Amino acid sequence: MTGRRATPAAPGPPDTGTASWRTICAYDDLPPERGVAALLDGAQVAVFRTHDGSLHALDNLDPYANAQVLSRGIIGSRGGVPTVASPMHKQVYDLRTGQCLDQPELTVRTYPVRCRDGMVEVRCPS
Amino acid sequence: MKLVVVGNGMVGHRLVETLRARDARGGCDITVLAEESRPAYDRVRLSAWFDGEALELSCVDGVTVRLGEAATALDPAARTVTTAVASYSYDALVLATGSSPFVPPVPGCDLTGCFVYRTVDDLHALSAYAQAGSGPMTGVVVGGGLLGLEAANALRRLGVNAHVVELAPRLMPLQVDEAGGAMLRRHIEELGLTIHTGRMLQRVDGRSGRVSRVVFADGGVLSTDVVVFAAGVRPRDDLARAAGLTVGARGGVVVDHAGRTSAPDIYAVGECAEIGGRVYGLVAPGYAMAEMVADRLLGGDATFEGADTSTKLKLLGVDVASFGSTAGPLDVTFTDPATRVYAKLVLSDDAKTLLGGILVGDASAYATLRAQVGLPLLSTPLALLAPAGDGGVGANLPDTAQVCSCNAVTKATIVSAITGQGCADVAAVKECTRAGTTCGSCVPLLKQLLTESGVAMPTALCEHFDLSRQELFDLMRVRGITTFSQLIGEHGRGRGCDICKPVVASILASITGGYILDGEQASLQDTNDHFLANLQRNGTYSVVPRIPGGEITPEKLIVIGEVARDFQLYTKITGGQRIDLLGARVEHLPEIWRRLVDAGFESGHAYGKALRTVKSCVGTTWCRFGVQDAVGLAVALELRYRGLRAPHKVKAAVSGCARECAEARSKDFGVIATENGWNLYVGGNGGFRPRHAELLAVDLSTVDLIAIIDRFLMFYVRTADRLQRTSAWIEAMDGGLDHLRSVIVDDSLGLAAELEAAMTRHVASYADEWKSTLDDPDRLRRFVSFVNAPDTPDPSIAFSTERDQPVPLGRASPARQQPVLVGMPR
Repeated sequence: MTGRRATPAAPGPPDTGTASWRTICAYDDLPPERGVAALLDGAQVAVFRTHDGSLHALDNLDPYANAQVLSRGIIGSRGGVPTVASPMHKQVYDLRTGQCLDQPELTVRTYPVRCRDGMVEVRCPS
Repeated sequence: MKLVVVGNGMVGHRLVETLRARDARGGCDITVLAEESRPAYDRVRLSAWFDGEALELSCVDGVTVRLGEAATALDPAARTVTTAVASYSYDALVLATGSSPFVPPVPGCDLTGCFVYRTVDDLHALSAYAQAGSGPMTGVVVGGGLLGLEAANALRRLGVNAHVVELAPRLMPLQVDEAGGAMLRRHIEELGLTIHTGRMLQRVDGRSGRVSRVVFADGGVLSTDVVVFAAGVRPRDDLARAAGLTVGARGGVVVDHAGRTSAPDIYAVGECAEIGGRVYGLVAPGYAMAEMVADRLLGGDATFEGADTSTKLKLLGVDVASFGSTAGPLDVTFTDPATRVYAKLVLSDDAKTLLGGILVGDASAYATLRAQVGLPLLSTPLALLAPAGDGGVGANLPDTAQVCSCNAVTKATIVSAITGQGCADVAAVKECTRAGTTCGSCVPLLKQLLTESGVAMPTALCEHFDLSRQELFDLMRVRGITTFSQLIGEHGRGRGCDICKPVVASILASITGGYILDGEQASLQDTNDHFLANLQRNGTYSVVPRIPGGEITPEKLIVIGEVARDFQLYTKITGGQRIDLLGARVEHLPEIWRRLVDAGFESGHAYGKALRTVKSCVGTTWCRFGVQDAVGLAVALELRYRGLRAPHKVKAAVSGCARECAEARSKDFGVIATENGWNLYVGGNGGFRPRHAELLAVDLSTVDLIAIIDRFLMFYVRTADRLQRTSAWIEAMDGGLDHLRSVIVDDSLGLAAELEAAMTRHVASYADEWKSTLDDPDRLRRFVSFVNAPDTPDPSIAFSTERDQPVPLGRASPARQQPVLVGMPR
């Protein structure tokens, strides 16, 4: 989270109405290749910044462990898929879809996320 | 069914163990009558007693063992067996009475100072006698076979100047040929022992009832204080003989191919039995008979198909092995006077089939050679004598080849354990098949079979790196690679994962030292290292301050109590003599640690794959029995190695005397005080597969002890696999503990200075991680539950009260119905 980025990340999904997008922090507050948790109307969202600067947002709840911890997992890749591993019992999730790659019955919700003017925005569940 | 087993030696024990393992319904009511007063132990390794090694065999549950209660009479008609104190009726009875030492009936053989060498009690008696004398003693061992050489080793360990007398013209006449015996003799004479081959003992003379000299048949005389008879054994068949059972002409209870004696429902196994006209004096055939009789007792139809009498031993530090036929139509021999190695391969008359062989001085090829007996030669004879590991012999072996002869395990059984039951390493194969659990000589072959079966041996770390942890360590150290991006860019693929990233983080911590959470290194850390605390199941963390040696002042105890009270933490004493504070919210960690650091505490690294604790007893400081300052040493060791990151957690302990109250032998390294210094044990652990640490070095000064631990830990840090505890690391090492000792103690690889220097750098660069974190506002920024609401605690975390303390509200998730994946390689 130290050091400034000269260019912000690639643009996120198209803007479908500003009302539901919520700013959570500055892009530079996101540590590279790690996650943070954000509180959005009582929901906990895990926001990740991968090595290429792109952003992903998932439910923070690890459905296997039933604990709000996914944001603290290790970021990586499996066969080209960007992933996070739960810090609890190490199940690996696809950051793009929320699908668990180790136990197919597990999925977590994804959220649209983008970077605007150096700020990270997550679209709120409505 | 009421089963009585007469005898509690290794074979009787194996019988009971097998029965209990296979008799799941517990239909057998088993009573063991044991003559000796101690639990079953490993007689083969008797002289390991001098190394302080525990010889006890694992206890079998659900069996009544009558220690110190020898059977005195057997009545096959009434189906009873009697001891001095009771009579037992039986439905089936197994004789496992073993053998007794043969004492040649020479005049004077009963003088004080004459001993036999068979039991732990024999060893104690010999040891007491040898140590009671004033000044150096001389001892004569009668018998130059394997028992005699073991006894000679015992004398040598007792400081007795030892002579070995053998009637045959060479040592170990049953196992080796003349050239092999000559090579063995050179090895042994180099150790200062005197060998007398081709000489017969005529009598033992005494003075005042004590041994004073032996007289040979050739008229020669040798002054001596002790005589140990180790000239063979005789089957103990007197109980059976008196009961009218058929016994062989040369002794031994005669049994058929199913282990049945001439009396109904009475079996005999091991050295007391004559099977196929032969009495076996080795443990492997005894085990085979025990397993056969166990099968029969459970209704099976196993038969005895003859037994492999191959042996591999380390006698007086010299490897000696023989397998198959040791003489035959053709042979190829190899003698190297420089390294004192002798090898002989016996071939069929067409020189195409291996029939057997002898190895002296270096028996590393034993396992692969023995497995090929009776099979067409896979290579040229000389190539076969090359050490195991070259050339993939395993794949060429037929399925029926016996890889482990001690436990009669075939290649097919091992391969099916690997491919069918998912055994992925040597330890798993051992656990599953018992191969390699007795003498260990087939372990290199097990490794080969694992590799050849395509099991991902721990070479490729994960999909991102084809290298092992050790290879990565060397690469990064030699090339000076200090970032993950450079490493994966140049030597890997993808972007890493929860397996390789923490490994690289650990290697970087070892190579570069310094703070572990700055820059890119932060992204490599597991959540525990990332928050310098242990994640608990409800998303809170635990806090464990370091309490070196378990020694703590009342003032510090009060601070811990106050912190726990003020932050409402659950408090528990750990097994490592410190205090665990659980239930800390991530945003409270800095405040909690600020108070702990201000009171003089440091990180306990309970969250890291790192040195955890050095437990201690109170030693000479308080204890009436202590012989050294255990607490002082434990504190010094813990302060020296604190912060050392390793492939797995490292635990240690120091005991102030042999009573071992600190449980040092259950630790990765354990130190036990002696009158003369310290004994160092390595490779112990608790957990899923508990292991006792083994003796690495004895009677060390404190300075030498620390130097050896420095080398041990650094060698482990550099060469072990990911998540490999020291026990598995030593077990997987070619040559095992002996190899480790040669590297660490004898410096055979010339690494000692470098390893010590690396530890010196570690000690110099140590800084408390929590203090470094608290001193830097930037480093503190991660300690929030929510990036957009730093002051809001996680609302999902709630507590209830149990026994007056806070505990997580609710049980663990119902989704957890499957086996837990605890970071295992996938």
